[in-house]
Amino acid sequence: MIDRAHALVLLRQMMLIRRFEEKAAELYTLGKIRGFLHLYIGEEAVAVGAMQALTAEDAIVATYREHGQALARGIPAGSLMAEMYGKANGCSRGRGGSMHFFDASRRFYGGHAIVGGGLPVAVGLALADKLQARPRVTACFFGDGAVAEGEFHESLNLAALWKLPVLFLCENNLYAMGTALARHQAQPDIRRKADGYGMPSAVADGMDVVAVEEAARQAAAHVRRGDGPFLLELRTYRFRAHSTADPELYRKREEVAEWKQRDPIVLFTARLQAMGILTDADVASLQASVDGEVDEAVGVAEAGPWEAVQDLTRDVYTATP
Amino acid sequence: MTKMTYRDAIRSALREALRTDPRVFLMGEDVGGYGGAFKVSYGLLEEFGPERVRDTPLSENTFLGAGIGAALGGMRPIVEIMTVNFSLLALDQIVNNAATLRHMSGGQLSVPLVVRMTTGGGRQLAAQHSHSLEGWFAHIPGIKIVVPAVAADARGFVLAALRDPDPVFIFEHATLYPLEGEVDEQAGPAAIGRALVRRSGDAVSLITYGGTLGTTLRAADELAREGVEAEVIDLRTLRPLDTETILASVARTHRAVIVDEGWRTGSFAAEVSARIMEGGFYSLDAPVARVCSAEVPMPYAKHMEDAALPQVSAIATAVREMLVAHG
Amino acid sequence: MPILTADMSAGTLVEWRKQPGDALKRGDTIAVVETDKGLIDIEVFTPGVLEKIVVQPGATVPTGTVLAIVRDTVPAAVPASVTAAPPTPRAPIIATPSAAVVPAAAPSDRLRISPLARKRAAELGIDPAAVHGTGPGGSIRREDIEQAAAARAAPAAAKPGGALDRQARLRQAIGAAMARSKREIPHYYLATTIDMHRAMTWLTAENLARPVPDRLLYGVLLIKAVALALREVPELNSVWRGTEPVRSDAVHVGVAVSLRGGGLVAPALHDTAGQSVGELMRALRDLVQRARSGGLRSSELSDPTITVTSLGEQGVESVFGVIFPPQVAIVGFGKIAERPWVVDGQVTVRPLVTATLSADHRVSDGHRGGLFLAAVDRLLQEPSRL
Repeated sequence: MIDRAHALVLLRQMMLIRRFEEKAAELYTLGKIRGFLHLYIGEEAVAVGAMQALTAEDAIVATYREHGQALARGIPAGSLMAEMYGKANGCSRGRGGSMHFFDASRRFYGGHAIVGGGLPVAVGLALADKLQARPRVTACFFGDGAVAEGEFHESLNLAALWKLPVLFLCENNLYAMGTALARHQAQPDIRRKADGYGMPSAVADGMDVVAVEEAARQAAAHVRRGDGPFLLELRTYRFRAHSTADPELYRKREEVAEWKQRDPIVLFTARLQAMGILTDADVASLQASVDGEVDEAVGVAEAGPWEAVQDLTRDVYTATP
Repeated sequence: MTKMTYRDAIRSALREALRTDPRVFLMGEDVGGYGGAFKVSYGLLEEFGPERVRDTPLSENTFLGAGIGAALGGMRPIVEIMTVNFSLLALDQIVNNAATLRHMSGGQLSVPLVVRMTTGGGRQLAAQHSHSLEGWFAHIPGIKIVVPAVAADARGFVLAALRDPDPVFIFEHATLYPLEGEVDEQAGPAAIGRALVRRSGDAVSLITYGGTLGTTLRAADELAREGVEAEVIDLRTLRPLDTETILASVARTHRAVIVDEGWRTGSFAAEVSARIMEGGFYSLDAPVARVCSAEVPMPYAKHMEDAALPQVSAIATAVREMLVAHG
Repeated sequence: MPILTADMSAGTLVEWRKQPGDALKRGDTIAVVETDKGLIDIEVFTPGVLEKIVVQPGATVPTGTVLAIVRDTVPAAVPASVTAAPPTPRAPIIATPSAAVVPAAAPSDRLRISPLARKRAAELGIDPAAVHGTGPGGSIRREDIEQAAAARAAPAAAKPGGALDRQARLRQAIGAAMARSKREIPHYYLATTIDMHRAMTWLTAENLARPVPDRLLYGVLLIKAVALALREVPELNSVWRGTEPVRSDAVHVGVAVSLRGGGLVAPALHDTAGQSVGELMRALRDLVQRARSGGLRSSELSDPTITVTSLGEQGVESVFGVIFPPQVAIVGFGKIAERPWVVDGQVTVRPLVTATLSADHRVSDGHRGGLFLAAVDRLLQEPSRL
């Protein structure tokens, strides 16, 4: 049984991410958002489900495809939209853009553009917690591409060796940009890589938000107990290209269409309706609500100020008083 | 005041830090059980235990990144990368995270990380173990680079780095560890960003740092015997660079020779030369000269390595030629 | 044409997937575009009906070009942009080293001169210590040396032999100074016609009362008027130092004097505003005589804060001078000629002169220049107060 109130929370969060990402795609074509834009469409269940296992005290490190995690973490959509516009009221003061969302107050440590680059930082955050005897979890999101980087192996090894409270969350969407998993991993069964480091692992269906939440709670519990790190592989799929610049020559449209039949929002909606705890009116109401929230976010971004060019070199160093 | 070696001075600072601040811990290859590759951390594992003196696997990129994460998490890690040669494996975390996190987050985060590395050649360790790349690191905004040349600064900069809210990289020239110097163990942190005149003179400004200070002072002695009094400046910090002290010296001497163990092309000496040109153009009686390493991967044979590195004779010759051509 | 990739500035419309009249749902592909990254679908963001296709397949158009007209069935989701475009980045902040302060300890007897200027000084036989520098901090530049050489070359008659050489060098130095002026100074030009009736009438009466050697030439009235007018528009009395103008307290009008055999000097009448017209006349006579005989002092060559050039004697109507750096203005006068003029609604004949101002647009603009010429005119209408 799924609690209706909780189900609505999960559904709304997924719908918010979906609408936010669609709007971001549109704004990119209008030139409001520049640089690179990596959309989370199709993967919503992963961020939303996983975030349920984390408390406000826990830390999150994510990748450049982090809009879903940021929204699920509660960072206001307006602050994120403004950041993508490059405005001073963005979460990173407009200095980062789409790939570098930061929110220290919510322990959201980026937004990393180097594949694998966040894992060592996550290990360090967990080390600090262990040394200060704080029972917190550091959740580290990364993609299947990252498992090829040396930092992935070094980080799993170090976390396991020192028994650090890191929850490694691999969002396996089957493609490292344009390279399919089977073409870059001798051992494509990602969760098995944890075996090499004596680390427990699990895999879950990343298109099923309930399954993700369940698996994440179990994994986080293990970590929170002080039993060391855990690798949780979430099998998911991105419905859009790697970024806006990608004509997707590396995968067949039929494959995308097939995965779209497992759209996490569609699946969850259908399931809840079948259970009788969700009506069409609920769906319409939720959609209107998230549409409004995203429109408002665009308003916040449009109205936001540009940072003064004179402030260019601030925050390179911490100013000495 | 005590006379102690450069190595012992660093250890003294590390010990003081570990004792007085529970947030401080050491992390690096062989810093614990081995006593440190250069014996700097000798005895510290026994004194402070394995939680605070942590031997790491050979994973430079990750344990440096872990240092960043730990600093974000409220600790004061001192990460040791055995030598600058291995730091190349950690460049991603250094350049893309340590230097940028404050800026990329719009000022929300600061990374109070200390990194110590051994640098330099002269021990016949050949091409992969003899680099002097501190000049490269000084190129990156967001981090600070200190280069202690004497025992007192080796100690003082560890203390200063621990107080700095931004990442500080300390480069210790391998040949300096046994060098003795006067150290005041009660003294506080050294001033990051201030160069010092180690020897006064009026004929030429010899500007250097780190491992080549000794060579430069010996060149100054040789020139003094010919009646040429050279002023020797120890830069002590590469980033931020103390341009003021450099220009004040050149305003007095009107000639400058920069001594830098990096390779000549794109060397840190080129940066110092540019600053002198920009700020001291009208003080100069001669073009700024540079004495750097030859453009060759470090050879193994002693006579070849000696020929590749900046030597007393090269510095003295550069000064003499300058005086003859532009006296 | 939407922006589909990070650096896209144009795209080629390859294929329309919808036709006019088709209903468009959100997420539909409406067209396919070729970019340098390959073929990319254009998706529909707002539901509507495709009314008209504007760009045909095969056409390459810049991003932002209207490709088709769609009638919205839902109010536009994207708000009209209220955001101003991002501020145009100013010239990049050129970070001069922050601590690159020229130390105060620099000995004051050390000359600030560039190596090139030093070399040129040696070639031209100029003592750099006597040269006025116009570079940053008063440093001496090549142009300063060449100007000094130009001025010094004026007393050609005194030196035996090599006169032709000297002429050539003088021409060269003048040429260099004028070329530099045109290169570096954005000139603007104003002209006005001044009724000299009152001035000439006063002059005639005044000269009748003076002994012949003390008689005034009209030129001195023009010079004094210029000097006094500068009080009202003081920025024209500035000297350009490196990157900005510095106002001079005193007015030293440089008077352009043509030399026998060709060439020009413009030595200063020191403290022009503070001298009476009689004193100025004496000073001017002395100056012209020494200019033509080679007896000018270097301070007279380097001190002018503004120059006045008059070609009335050659019969020229108006002269638009080239500014002598480091000055920021030059005033020109043509000949005084009787011309028709309107006074109180009646056409009459008056002695008119065309006064011109060539000024440095970095320092002043036409409005200020206009005020200056108006002041000169006004002052010349009350010649007894000059």
